[in-house]
Amino acid sequence: MTGESYGCGCTAPTPAPAPGFWRSGGWLLAALPAWFALYLTLKPMADWLAFHALGLKVGSRLGEAVAFFVYDGPKVLLLLGLVVLGVSFVQTFISPERTRDLLAKRTGAWSNLLASLLGIATPFCSCSAVPLFIGFVRVGVPLGATFSFLISAPMVNEVALFLLLSLFGWRIALLYAATGVAIAFVSGWIIGKLRMERHLEPWVMEIPFEASVADGRSMGFSERLDLAVQATRDILVKVWLYVLAGIAVGAFLHGYVPAELLARFMGKSAWWSVPLAVIIGVPLYANAAGIIPIVQVLLAKGAALGTALAFMMAVAGLSLPETVILRKVLRPMLIATFLGVVTVGIVIVGYLFNLVM
Amino acid sequence: MKIEVLGTGCAKCKLLAERAEEAAQALGLPYTLVKVTEYPDIVARGVMTTPGLVVDGVVKSQGHVPTAAAIQQLLR
Repeated sequence: MTGESYGCGCTAPTPAPAPGFWRSGGWLLAALPAWFALYLTLKPMADWLAFHALGLKVGSRLGEAVAFFVYDGPKVLLLLGLVVLGVSFVQTFISPERTRDLLAKRTGAWSNLLASLLGIATPFCSCSAVPLFIGFVRVGVPLGATFSFLISAPMVNEVALFLLLSLFGWRIALLYAATGVAIAFVSGWIIGKLRMERHLEPWVMEIPFEASVADGRSMGFSERLDLAVQATRDILVKVWLYVLAGIAVGAFLHGYVPAELLARFMGKSAWWSVPLAVIIGVPLYANAAGIIPIVQVLLAKGAALGTALAFMMAVAGLSLPETVILRKVLRPMLIATFLGVVTVGIVIVGYLFNLVM
Repeated sequence: MKIEVLGTGCAKCKLLAERAEEAAQALGLPYTLVKVTEYPDIVARGVMTTPGLVVDGVVKSQGHVPTAAAIQQLLR
């Protein structure tokens, strides 16, 4: 169920690569120039395909839409592949065990801030949420910091940030990252202040537990690269269709559907649109790649930015399946507090954006 | 040799179990393979991220599926 999350340990299998020179990362030397050559020829190839091969008119609505799609689709996928490969490689150095050990020594608001920031970079899969939660709490990471991490990790991640960056620009990407971290920080801090340790299920603190050591064995370059390639392939296989569908919808509807369609429901003037978007978004479960194309369409059709971002945060950050999983370690009171605090945080951020932008 | 594969049953856990079994057979080692699927049992072995590979009580890998070659080394 929750194994749907990308970047997660629960995705499709991949075969072992060939031995020798290629095995030790030599293929990367050949692949990088090929990647750049392909990237540089994208624009002329897209124009040729749209205006010559398909015979569409330059400047016509359909012609420009097709040219946009056959250029932007491969471009975003190429960039996404490279970014995810780089991030996945770096992430082989960052283990949840190391994050846990960094947090175990901290207390107070700093622990929440650090946990929110580490949540961005640490590889995390919601299918590991329960053992991770117990591992954190049992070695002495404050409960509030544990929540800061659990809120930030799924909401602010490399794929979400990259897609926001390439589709909406750095301002919105940065805004999303900063407010996502802020929500994780404040929500975790509040949960910590409420002293809700007694609302954990008793077995969490009672069962025999042994803290695993961070990275029992050090990996070589080629093994890290293998893992990064594996992770990249898993993510791309999972998201390419969503990305292309989003760009296609964006390319075509943009010109053909009246932009004011959604303005009445999701525009700035409708005060109830932010809470409504969040209430619709919380039970939905999708990863960033699935939701960003939808956000793109919402924005194009006249939704306010705050409303659209709040919707995205609610979908990516909170989900029904994850809540069901966390119920194994959290009592209803703590679950309700967690959902309540984060939901209110997202609503506030939505209003703030609508007010400022 | 006792091989334990830790995980609640996702695709990568199954892949790890298959690879571990193949690796053990390739090495010609006698082994028993157990799938550990319950959270308390996973946590008791000190693993935070699944899938995890435990050999004779020692955590060998967690959070990812090592390559077939790497698993053979871990089993030795």
